[in-house]
Amino acid sequence: MLTKEQLEVIRQRTLERIQMRKEDENQAVRVVVGMATCGIAAGARPIMRAFMDECNLRNLTHVQITQTGCVGMCRYEPMADVIFPGKDPVTYVQLTPEKVRRIVAEHVVNGQPVKEFTIGAVLNNQ
Amino acid sequence: MEIYRSHVLVCGGTGCTSSGSSKIIETMEQMLVEKELEREIKVIRTGCFGLCEAGPIVIVYPEGTFYSHVKVEDVGEIVEEHLLKGRIVRRLVYKGALTDESAQVPLKDIPFYQHQHRIALRNCGVIDPENIDEAIATDAYQALAKCVTEMTPEEVIEVISQSGLRGRGGGGFSTGIKWKFAASSKSDKKYVICNADEGDPGAFMDRSILEGDPHTVLEAMAICGYCIGSDEGYVYVRAEYPIAVERLEKAISQARAYGLLGDNILGTDFSFNIHVRLGAGAFVCGEETALMASIEGHRGEPKPRPPFPAVRGLFDKPTNINNVETYANIPPIILNGVDWFRSLGTEKSSGTKVFALGGKINNTGLVEVEMGTPLRTVIYDIGGGIPKGKQLKAVQTGGPSGGCIPVDLLDVPIEYDSLIELGSMMGSGGMIVMDEDNCMVDIARFFLDFTVEESCGKCTPCRIGTRRMLEILDRIVEGKGKEDDIEKLERLARVIKETSLCGLGQTAPNPVLSTLHYFRDEYEAHIYDRTCPAHHCRSLTKLQITDDCRGCTACARVCPVDAISGEVRQKHVIDMDKCTKCYSCIEKCRFDAIIKV
Repeated sequence: MLTKEQLEVIRQRTLERIQMRKEDENQAVRVVVGMATCGIAAGARPIMRAFMDECNLRNLTHVQITQTGCVGMCRYEPMADVIFPGKDPVTYVQLTPEKVRRIVAEHVVNGQPVKEFTIGAVLNNQ
Repeated sequence: MEIYRSHVLVCGGTGCTSSGSSKIIETMEQMLVEKELEREIKVIRTGCFGLCEAGPIVIVYPEGTFYSHVKVEDVGEIVEEHLLKGRIVRRLVYKGALTDESAQVPLKDIPFYQHQHRIALRNCGVIDPENIDEAIATDAYQALAKCVTEMTPEEVIEVISQSGLRGRGGGGFSTGIKWKFAASSKSDKKYVICNADEGDPGAFMDRSILEGDPHTVLEAMAICGYCIGSDEGYVYVRAEYPIAVERLEKAISQARAYGLLGDNILGTDFSFNIHVRLGAGAFVCGEETALMASIEGHRGEPKPRPPFPAVRGLFDKPTNINNVETYANIPPIILNGVDWFRSLGTEKSSGTKVFALGGKINNTGLVEVEMGTPLRTVIYDIGGGIPKGKQLKAVQTGGPSGGCIPVDLLDVPIEYDSLIELGSMMGSGGMIVMDEDNCMVDIARFFLDFTVEESCGKCTPCRIGTRRMLEILDRIVEGKGKEDDIEKLERLARVIKETSLCGLGQTAPNPVLSTLHYFRDEYEAHIYDRTCPAHHCRSLTKLQITDDCRGCTACARVCPVDAISGEVRQKHVIDMDKCTKCYSCIEKCRFDAIIKV
């Protein structure tokens, strides 16, 4: 039998899971993975998977993971944007599942972009 | 519950289910497995979204994309394009949900939802009704917890009284006062009943609440039990609502498993159990005394009151009985307070009301608006107006017990008292829209035909009186009306209203009286001029071929009784003695040259 406290635990836990359906209160961090034909060919599916696994592992319920089409820089795929509410998107390019794990740990969780994986850093190095 | 990147909500209400939403869910789940997306995307069957006209409805979160009229064949495209590649399938998006620049409009800003305020329907189309955790996440059982641990029964009743909540089943009696009566009756056993015997033709709000958010009803019944000192409740729901019954039973067993129903709820001394009883679909069983007779296993026949159910009700014990929508308002009132609820609606009718929009209207469906909203807002802003550019003539509210509101009274605010002043009533909230092609005499005849069928026969005025009225109406629409028929109808109506035993008979003449009040000229035209102004009644309608006729002979060839004659390229004529008014010629004519007169 539930107590009032246990009821509150279920409420909080499930609320986080269904947060995305409440449009008014969306303060989510968004991860947008390029999933056009070019992105998928370059391996965007494992990248999407890696973002999801990592968020599940860390129980990051406030993160929205969505996809987008081709942004025109097909040779830098797989790409993904990390967008904090009210801030400019940070674009990561040529991703691997290992890079994703660092991005989630450092950027999504701690708010520090992983500069060396961003599009700016990659372009400067060429 | 794992984290998914996307939730796909598919409407599982009765409307969308009948247009194939179960098959959509099945197909989508299968395709997600094929594409290895089943761990990323979750498909959820919800309750009714209200916009039944646009069903089956599929909403994809987090984007909030609103797909309408989805077919099983479209599922592949949604999975392949949207769920896999993130490209919205524009051709399937509801027409109001994309701006010209193809940006998405949030659900709440679509005209259909913009003017609504959803309290009773707050979780319909938001949660999975078969998952108690999702209900709890949207505050289910929080109000019950607050009541049983922090408030006395008297305090709870005071909150309900102060809120001004009135019975949503039609009567409009104060819920707080009703509870107070039941609480003050002394007895070793008391009962709580939920009246889900929704019988008005065209009304389906109770069904949608039970299908979309069953826990709110269970919670409110338990709160009522706590207030009046009862440990047992019954939901009386019609067997024609299989999805509602199934979800209700699932919800009860889930709540029992969590100890939110049963003995010592939340560790307190309060115990409460709920049973489901299925009704066989008799309209009279929506009347509270007939309903209780039916639960007891007797014929569904009403009894004279007093004694009222609060004194002697089910199994002769004090009983409180409320309608589904009334119960659905209780938990939000407890949680948000009296001031919040009173800030909605009008002074004498606080809160909101759910209406089922039907008839000649573009957005057929379920809407919830603040009390006091003008009918015009409901019909035009939410309902999207009248199809095919026709003129609105009247709106029928309150089903077979209500009346018609003519188009010139469209700006009257909708609330209990204003509708009664207009000679109609709130009823359970059915709203049938009629355009210029509807004959008001025939509408009255239709509703009376329903009550004649549904009269239980126990009292004479209702059993015989309504049948006599129907006979008169039958002959009027057949063009055989007599000089004093209107006066006869009025006299019968008055006697039936004054002498019938229960609400069914007392309100049965309302559709006739209100149409006589606002559309007396149509009755007179039928009786004295032998014409039907709306050209609806076939016995009074004649067909005529106008000068637009090109003599193409299409009408003559389609006529099953050879009533049309004429030379090729010459104007044709119809022999009305032969014509059976099947109207096939009108449908066939490409020049709109055949008119009803």
